[in-house]
Amino acid sequence: MAGIWVYVDHFKGAALPASYEAVAAAKTLGGPVTALIFGQGVDALAQSAFHYGADEVLLGDDASLADYRAEAYASLLSKLAKEHQPDAVLFSTSTRGREIAAMAAIDLDTGVLVDVTGISKDGDGFAATHPIYAGKLLSKVTVSAKPALITLRGRAFGKPVADTSRSGSVTKVAAAVADGDLQTKVVDYATVEGRVSLADAGVIVSGGRGVANNPALTPPAEITDEKEKEIWRAQQGFLMIGELAQALGGAVGASRAAVDAGYIPYASQVGQTGKVVSPDLYIALGISGAIQHLAGMRTSKVIVAINKDPDAPIFKLARFGVVGDLYEIVPALTKALKERLSK
Amino acid sequence: MKIAVFVKQVPDSAAKLSVDNGTVNWGDAPLVINPWDEYAVEAALQLAEKHNGEVAAISLGDENAKEALKHALAMGAASATLVSDPALAKADAAAAARVFAAAVQKLGGVDLAIFGKQAIDSDTGLAPAMTARVLGWPALSMVAAIPSLDAGSIKVERAIEEGRQIVEGKLPAVLSIVKDFAEPRYPSFMGIRKASKAEIPVWSLGDLGISAPDSKVSWAEISAPPARDVTSEMVTGANADEIAAKLADLIIAEGVL
Repeated sequence: MAGIWVYVDHFKGAALPASYEAVAAAKTLGGPVTALIFGQGVDALAQSAFHYGADEVLLGDDASLADYRAEAYASLLSKLAKEHQPDAVLFSTSTRGREIAAMAAIDLDTGVLVDVTGISKDGDGFAATHPIYAGKLLSKVTVSAKPALITLRGRAFGKPVADTSRSGSVTKVAAAVADGDLQTKVVDYATVEGRVSLADAGVIVSGGRGVANNPALTPPAEITDEKEKEIWRAQQGFLMIGELAQALGGAVGASRAAVDAGYIPYASQVGQTGKVVSPDLYIALGISGAIQHLAGMRTSKVIVAINKDPDAPIFKLARFGVVGDLYEIVPALTKALKERLSK
Repeated sequence: MKIAVFVKQVPDSAAKLSVDNGTVNWGDAPLVINPWDEYAVEAALQLAEKHNGEVAAISLGDENAKEALKHALAMGAASATLVSDPALAKADAAAAARVFAAAVQKLGGVDLAIFGKQAIDSDTGLAPAMTARVLGWPALSMVAAIPSLDAGSIKVERAIEEGRQIVEGKLPAVLSIVKDFAEPRYPSFMGIRKASKAEIPVWSLGDLGISAPDSKVSWAEISAPPARDVTSEMVTGANADEIAAKLADLIIAEGVL
């Protein structure tokens, strides 16, 4: 069963879009593609894997795999890889993909090419492109052992096309570690929302420090502290940004300055110490464009910037720029885009 | 409670980088402690304060890495050790993890080994899970909060893509810490003085009792990314509605919606 394997990353049975990008990328490397699907009651994912290009599926369906746990998933992947000797195993670069690949690399005495944006055949093995320093530089990386474990950056490999006529064979596999021998237990999930994840978003609308600059907004009387007033103003601004993002089916991002000032939680931070993103459309509002922020979004397809400062560095990357007050432009832009998109 | 915290010395995130003869050049930008490791040190110190523990900082690197260790000492770590060996110059993440695991074993009696979520230079984020695997300990990565910790177990909130996952693990364990945990403290004046005088011991591979682990990953070539080829167009108009209408038409014409 040599060939290329793909770990299909999912959360509670919903596959990450990047998982099928990985299946499609595996197809381009030649040879049969095997999808690995671990969980409980997740057999429906097998059909999708076939549609996107998998030839067969190894299905680990067990109560001990119901919640993702790195040790359980990595142990099963390593056991299967030892038995079947694939040439490479592809993952999406999620928290889960990174961890499973890391652990499997130790088990299998091989290496991980992590968060790559391109893969090619390199003699008997594989070479890949890994953006380092948040994408300020690119590193060509190779791995000398097999299987090559490679995690793929979301949205870097193009959108896969489903062929619903494809099908394949499903082989059930047993869990590698008994539940009682695992060292971790998932207790609960919190604040699990249906939000658009920054990594998968086709559109991101981000706000920076400039979002607090609206003196026209009057904070409620009980807020007396100046800093609290500023945060309140900025939060109202992020609600307005959220409306634009929602109209475009996108996600809300932020600069580090906005996160550090307490305007919005860290999960939204784009940049070198936040998330590196690559949407089709990135709208930067009140973001001047510090080098750390630019590194995190410079590969976006189309960048639009609205800023009061005509000298803001963000304009150098922008396809379209507006020098002006985001509080005037954004509501009008949301309305204009809604009108055009509903036609 | 004994806590090991791993720190790395990296070029400042504001550095403008170039490539000279295949090596990375960060000009006159300073080398600093990896920003994500500051959160790891903060978490280690808070846990030590609460649970009567002691924090040992460890770094793998050359002499420069002593500065990252001094930062950890100035923040409040009780001890610092540099692991340095010429044979580790080209160590990949898995090789480094085997060295980290050996350092944890040599320290002895470690209950928690704590990392930042990734280093801002190599950007792999593999060290925590790999080190855990070598040690045979559970890996609890992307930890945003630690609701409980006792002699035998730890409960953490992990910041995953979909929200928070609350997980219990047995000790000893490996953690990686994310920014939500807490703002890292500034080094105190006394801390800085203490750190500047500290003698930092250096462990070689021989001291750790291991030979250089094999590195399977290599960096054939480092390059600058292609310049972004963009024609900028400033959109102007008599009022916000006119600007918005023009901008909306232009965005839609790009075909990205």
